[in-house]
Amino acid sequence: MTGALLAIVSAVFFPGIILRVKSIASGRKGPGILQPWKNIILLFRKSSVFSTTTSFIFRLAPAVYLATICCALMLLPFPGMPSVLGFEGDFILFAYLLALGKLLFILGALDTGSSFEGMGANREALYSMLTEPAFFILLGTLSLLSGQFSMQSIFHNLQFAGEFSLITGGIAIYLLVQIAMIENSRMPVDDPRTHLELTMVHEVMILDYSGLDLALIQTATNLKFVLYGGLIANFLMPAVADWSTLASTWHVACDTWHVARDTWHLLDATLNVSIFLVVEAVFAAAIGLMESFRARKKLAKNPQFIVTLSSIALIGFILVLLLTRNLIR
Amino acid sequence: MTLFHHFTISPFMVTSNPFVVPLADVPVLAYPEFVNKIKELTADERCHCVTYHAVPLGAVLKFFCCIASDHNHGLILLSHEQQATPPPSLESLTLHHPSFHMYEREISEQWGVQFEGHPWMKPVRSHFMDAGCGMQDAGCGMQDAGCGMQDAGCGMQDAGCGMQDAGYRMQDLASCVPYPFYSIEGEGIHEVGVGPIHAGVIEPGYFRFCCKGEKVLHLEIQLGFQHKGIEKLFIVKRSGIQRAVLAESIAGDTAVGHSIAHVQLMEALAGIRPSETLQAERIIALEMERIAVHIGDTAALCTDIAYQFGQVVNEALRTIVINTTQSWCGNRFGKGLIRTGGSHYPLTRELADLYLANLKEVEERYNQITREIFTNPSVLSRFEGIGKVSAHQAGLIGAVGMAARSSGVKRDIRSSHPFQAFSKINYEPVTLHQGDVWARAMLRKLEVEKSLQLIRDLIRGTDFQNNHTAPQYDYTLPVSSFALSLAEGWRGEIMHSAVTDEEGNILHYKVKDPSFHNWMALALAVRNQEISDFPLCNKSYNLSYCGNDL
Repeated sequence: MTGALLAIVSAVFFPGIILRVKSIASGRKGPGILQPWKNIILLFRKSSVFSTTTSFIFRLAPAVYLATICCALMLLPFPGMPSVLGFEGDFILFAYLLALGKLLFILGALDTGSSFEGMGANREALYSMLTEPAFFILLGTLSLLSGQFSMQSIFHNLQFAGEFSLITGGIAIYLLVQIAMIENSRMPVDDPRTHLELTMVHEVMILDYSGLDLALIQTATNLKFVLYGGLIANFLMPAVADWSTLASTWHVACDTWHVARDTWHLLDATLNVSIFLVVEAVFAAAIGLMESFRARKKLAKNPQFIVTLSSIALIGFILVLLLTRNLIR
Repeated sequence: MTLFHHFTISPFMVTSNPFVVPLADVPVLAYPEFVNKIKELTADERCHCVTYHAVPLGAVLKFFCCIASDHNHGLILLSHEQQATPPPSLESLTLHHPSFHMYEREISEQWGVQFEGHPWMKPVRSHFMDAGCGMQDAGCGMQDAGCGMQDAGCGMQDAGCGMQDAGYRMQDLASCVPYPFYSIEGEGIHEVGVGPIHAGVIEPGYFRFCCKGEKVLHLEIQLGFQHKGIEKLFIVKRSGIQRAVLAESIAGDTAVGHSIAHVQLMEALAGIRPSETLQAERIIALEMERIAVHIGDTAALCTDIAYQFGQVVNEALRTIVINTTQSWCGNRFGKGLIRTGGSHYPLTRELADLYLANLKEVEERYNQITREIFTNPSVLSRFEGIGKVSAHQAGLIGAVGMAARSSGVKRDIRSSHPFQAFSKINYEPVTLHQGDVWARAMLRKLEVEKSLQLIRDLIRGTDFQNNHTAPQYDYTLPVSSFALSLAEGWRGEIMHSAVTDEEGNILHYKVKDPSFHNWMALALAVRNQEISDFPLCNKSYNLSYCGNDL
C-alpha cells in the first residue's frame, strides 16, 4: 500500500521536475513544479469532443489505460510493507496490465481512422513488443539472484553486499531507466515536445482526445512514469539501507537510548520513504537532463536500440547464472 | 559568348543585372527555332532558366524566356509570339529539360496554352480547375487588371478588385475538379495526407505521401492556398511607395530580398542610379536578413531533431540579429528600409558601430554553438545522409540558391550576376557536394560566417557620412520596355520582371521566388526516405509557401 501511495505522491511533482530541469538547462526559469497538474486539472473540467468516425473503443481506451496503471500500482512493492496485491509471479501480471492498457490505447488510436494515428500506433506496438523481453529477462535475473518470485520478496531479498552487486545493480538500473523512457515515449525514441505529427509516436495517438479523456491519459502517463521510478527506488532501497551509515547510526542510537523497537522501525520506514521520494526526484531530474543535451534517434534506428536492451539484459542474466554457479557448478 | 556565334538571329545578351530593353529589341523567334535555342542553351549544365512567362500584348501572347549562365555574367533573353485566341498548342519544353515544367504549368494555368507532351500538367495555384480551364482564370485576371487601370491607386477599388478575385475562387470551388494526385497501387502501399493546415504556426500547403510502411515512395506537394494576386497588384498600384510595400509582403521572411529585386528593377526602368553608400546599405540589410534566417533555421533544425540545447541558443542569437536590424529601421525584418532611389534610414556611424559590436558577439556565440552541434554524434546521425539530392537532380529541376549550392551546383547570383554593391566585391559562393540535411545545415553555418565578414568589410569600406538621398516615389517608366532584375535572397535567386505599355505604365509584372523550383527538390529529397524524416527535410529547405503562391 505504501508503495502505491508514495508513487501517487511522487506523481504530483514528477512532471514538474522534468519540465523545470529542461527549462533551466535551456536558460529559462520555467514554470512552477505544479504547473503540469494545473493543466491536467483544467482539462478535467472540460468536456470531450469526439470525432464522428470513432466508436466506443475510442471512448473506452483512456479509462482502461488509467485503470490498468492503477492496478499495476497496487503491485508496486515497498520494503517492510506488503504491496496490495502482491503474489508469486506478480511481475508477469504487472507487465501485462501495462500491455493491456497499451493495447486498448492502440485500438483507440486505430479507431480514429487517421493515417497519422495509424502510423503512431504501429510504432508504439513495435516498441512495446521489443521492450517486453528486456523487462522479463531483467526480472528473471533479479528473481534468480534473490531466489524469490514476487516483486515484493525479490526486492526485499536482494543482497547487495556481495562482490557482484555493482555490476548487476548497474545493469538493472540502466535497463529500468531505458525501459521507462521507451514505455513512456520519451527521448531518445520519441520526443514529447514535438509538434510534427509524422515524427510522433505516443503524442500522435492522443491527438484526437480532448477534455476529460485527455486528462485521464495524462494522469495515467504521469503515474506510469513514477511506477517505473518506484521500481528503481525499490531496487536501491535495500542497498542504501544496508550500507547507509546513517541507518546504522540510527539503529545504534535506538539501542543505546533504549528507544522502543517500534520507533526503530519507524525510523527505518522514514529512511525508506525518503529514499523512495529522493530516487523519484533524481529520476525526474535525470530525464530532464537527458532530454536537454542530445537529439532523438532516427526512427528507423529505434528498434535496433530497443533490441540492444534485451541483449544487455541477457548479459546480466548470464552473468548472474555464472556467479550464482547455476550454469557451471 | 562563343556559344552563340552560330545564331541566325543574334540573341539579346546582356551582362548587367538588372537590365532594361525596349520591347522592339527583344529577338522574336519562331517556336521551333525557339525550342532549338533553348535546347542548345540548357544543354550546358551551367546555364539555367530564370524566367519563362507569357505577357498579353494586344492580340498576341508574347513569351519571354531568360537564360542565365552561372559562370559568366551572361543573361540571354529570347521570345516567341503566339495568337492569344484561341489559346495556342505548343510542343512542351519540359520534354527537353525538366526544369521548364513549372513555367509551362504556370503559363498553361494563366493563359490556357496547351503544352503537348507535358508529363505533369497540373495546376500550380488554382487547384480547383484542371489545367485545361486555365483561360477562365486568365480572363478573371484580365478583368482585375482592367478594373485597376480605370481607377488607379484607389483603395476602395482595390478592395473591390480583391473581392471579385475571391468571388471567382468561390465559383471555382463550386465546380471543383479534384486535384489529380499521382497514386501508386499495390499491396501494403498507403497514402498519408498532411495539411493544408499544419501544427505550429506555419503557412498552408498540402503534402500527399505514397508510402510503403514507413518508406516514402512519392511525395506530391499541392500549393496555392495563399494565392493573393501579388502580380496583379503590382499593375494596380501606381505609386512607388505602394509597390515597395507590396514587394516587402511577397514573402515575409524575405522582405529585404524581394524589396531589393523590386527596387533595382524600378530604378533600372526609371534610370535612377543608387549611390554607392545606398548600394552598400542594401547589401548590409540583405546579408543581415540572411544571417537572421540561417541562424533561425539552425535553431529550427535542432527543434525537429529534439536537440533542445541547439534550439534555444540559436533562437536567442537570431533575436540579437533581428533586433540589430530593428535598431536601424524600426522593423525587425527590415521592412521600410529598401526604397527606390534613396532611403529613409541612412546607416550612421553610431549604428555601424552597434552593428560591428553585435556581429562580433553573434559570431563568437554562433561559432561556439555550431561547433557543439556539428560534433554531437546524436545530431550528426540525424543530419548525415538524410534527404539526399544529387547535383544532377538539382540541375534538372533548376534548383537555385541554397538548394543548389548544398547539392554541389555553384549557382549564386551574388557572384554570377552581381547586383548592387556586389559588383565591387568578388564574392566566392560556398558549395557543398553532399546534398543531404547535413550539407544544408552546414551551408547555413558557412554562409553566416561569410555574410558576417561581408558586412564587416562593407561597413569598414563605406563612407557613411556621405550625404544621403531621400527615396523617390514618383518615377516615370519608359514606354514599351522589358526589364528584369535578379537578387540572391537567403533562399536563392529572386527574379522580378516587368513589361511597360505605350504610356509607360506597368502592363505585366512577374515575380519568381526561389521556392518555385526548389519545392521539387524537397519532393526528391524525401523519396525512399522514412516518412518521419520529412519534417526534417522540409525544415532543411525551409521553402516559402506564399512566395510560390504569390
